[in-house]
Amino acid sequence: MEIKRRDFLRVMGAAAAGATVGGLFRTLTPKEARAAVYATNKKRWIFLVDTHKCVGCGMCVRACKLENEVPYNDPVTRTWVERYVILKSGKAIQDTPMGGLNGYTADDPQGQKINSDDIAKAFFVPKLCNQCEKPPCVQVCPVGATFQTADGVVLVDRTWCIGCGYCIMACPYGARFFHPIYHTAEKCTFCYHRISKGLQPACVFACPFGARNIGDKKDPNDPVTKIVLTERVSVLKSEYGTSPQVFYLGLDENVR
Amino acid sequence: MSHVWKPVWVVLAIVGIILGLRFIIVPPDFGIWDRGYMYGWHRHSAELFWKDQFKVKYKGRDYCNNCHPDKVSSILASSHKNIQCEDCHGPAIDHPDNPPKLAIIKDRGLCLRCHAYLPYPTSLRSKIAGWPNPDEHNPGIACVNCHNPHSPDFSKPDLNKEVLKVKDITERYDGN
Ligand code: HEC
Ligand code: HEC
Ligand code: HEC
Ligand code: HEC
Repeated sequence: MEIKRRDFLRVMGAAAAGATVGGLFRTLTPKEARAAVYATNKKRWIFLVDTHKCVGCGMCVRACKLENEVPYNDPVTRTWVERYVILKSGKAIQDTPMGGLNGYTADDPQGQKINSDDIAKAFFVPKLCNQCEKPPCVQVCPVGATFQTADGVVLVDRTWCIGCGYCIMACPYGARFFHPIYHTAEKCTFCYHRISKGLQPACVFACPFGARNIGDKKDPNDPVTKIVLTERVSVLKSEYGTSPQVFYLGLDENVR
Repeated sequence: MSHVWKPVWVVLAIVGIILGLRFIIVPPDFGIWDRGYMYGWHRHSAELFWKDQFKVKYKGRDYCNNCHPDKVSSILASSHKNIQCEDCHGPAIDHPDNPPKLAIIKDRGLCLRCHAYLPYPTSLRSKIAGWPNPDEHNPGIACVNCHNPHSPDFSKPDLNKEVLKVKDITERYDGN
């Protein structure tokens, strides 16, 4: 077939006009639209635990359960407080009855009576989801029911979760469990509903001693970020390469 | 030749059915969103559920101050000033509408969370006044029969100051 010069010009003209108009009224891809909307959202939530200040009262565990509707007397919890008693002999005793929900009211780790003169050091370590930068729990989810938000919090979609338990297995920190009522994977959200409204997470709010703190890593003036950047902090199980975002002051080698 | 094309039609039909089912089952807001392919797959409405729909239950001292200002001012002047009202009384939720009254816990266990002395030298716990064996301090009687939980002090301002100092770094967030 032969194309006439006139036809060729007509087609090309129409195409050029179409491209110009199309460019003027270009529809954004969903990704571009979201980028435009969320451009102001420049947060990355991090957490700082000062183990020196924790007294093991368990108020944080209590507040977490009540705020987040985790059945109070079931042996599951989103955050917990571990007790470590290290004797002068070098022996380390660790226990976490009910996640520390009712506080530690006697010197009886693992039910053993300890002579206080034998204690070299003893302390409490609050734990929670590390909201890893590279969360293995999210990678293993076969259905996309768990995910990370733009500000770094890993959440679970209760209606989408099929309850396979892969994520519970994949978490090196044991931070996930099955919710006794919904039978779906459950985990700490940094109280996403509170921090998104400018409140502190329930555990931070409930702590009378400032052992727990929340911060925004992208804000250089944030007091927590300042401490993380300028002081000697450690994280749990860095060897797993998950890049955990819960930082600790005063960790001991016995804490795993 | 047509018998050669048959399996192709079957395969195409199966693919078509799968794509059709996928279109029906996968919700429209399911996508990779902001966090990319590796960690971002989710329904956007699930994110909004945790962000907006989940209820805030702990309201904070400023809220209590509207109706119980006497309690707030007395506790702020005491060495219990860092303990939130709702630590001892439970979350406000919609109090006073629902529940109309918050719990009053007179159980000794509430106070012993902090006041059972533990000989843990590297922990702040060992600096709080208390007893290694609380059963030796007026056993069987509620602590609040003798001590006012909103104003417990005898005269120990020292630890109190230390406690205040450590709390400073969170002040920025004390919007509640
Ligand atoms: C809007 C006013 C209001 C606010 C805000 C409020 N309360 Fe109340 N509170 C009441 C009323 C009214 C009662 C019922 C008093 C009664 O029936 O004797 C009550 C009862 C209580 C009781 C039980 C008193 C009793 O004698 O049994 C406690 C404990 C309590 N409130 C604690 C709190 C705490 C803690 C907060 C803050 C989280 C708070 N309230 C916020 C109005 C309020
Ligand atoms: C250390 C735990 C603790 C803290 C913190 C605490 N309370 Fe109480 N509160 C109690 C106990 C225990 C009682 C019961 C006292 C009694 O029966 O003598 C009580 C009683 C009350 C009552 C009702 C009885 C009364 O004396 O009128 C109100 C109202 C109340 N508290 C409000 C508050 C508010 C508001 C705050 C925060 C400013 C607060 N409480 C902080 C433990 C606490
Ligand atoms: C969250 C931890 C915590 C809880 C729960 C708590 N207290 Fe205290 N209490 C403290 C701290 C911290 C101090 C100030 C430090 C000190 O003087 O030992 C203090 C001080 C006191 C004092 C004054 C001690 C002194 O020598 O001046 C008394 C009395 C007291 N509390 C009684 C109670 C009673 C009664 C309850 C239960 C209703 C209670 N506390 C619950 C942490 C707590
Ligand atoms: C029968 C009244 C009574 C009861 C019940 C009672 N106390 Fe006391 N408490 C006192 C008196 C009086 C003192 C001051 C003299 C002393 O140290 O024994 C005191 C002292 C204290 C001190 C200060 C100790 C120090 O070394 O500075 C604390 C803390 C305390 N009580 C907490 C509690 C707690 C917690 C309970 C409940 C488990 C409780 N009390 C039950 C009367 C009581």
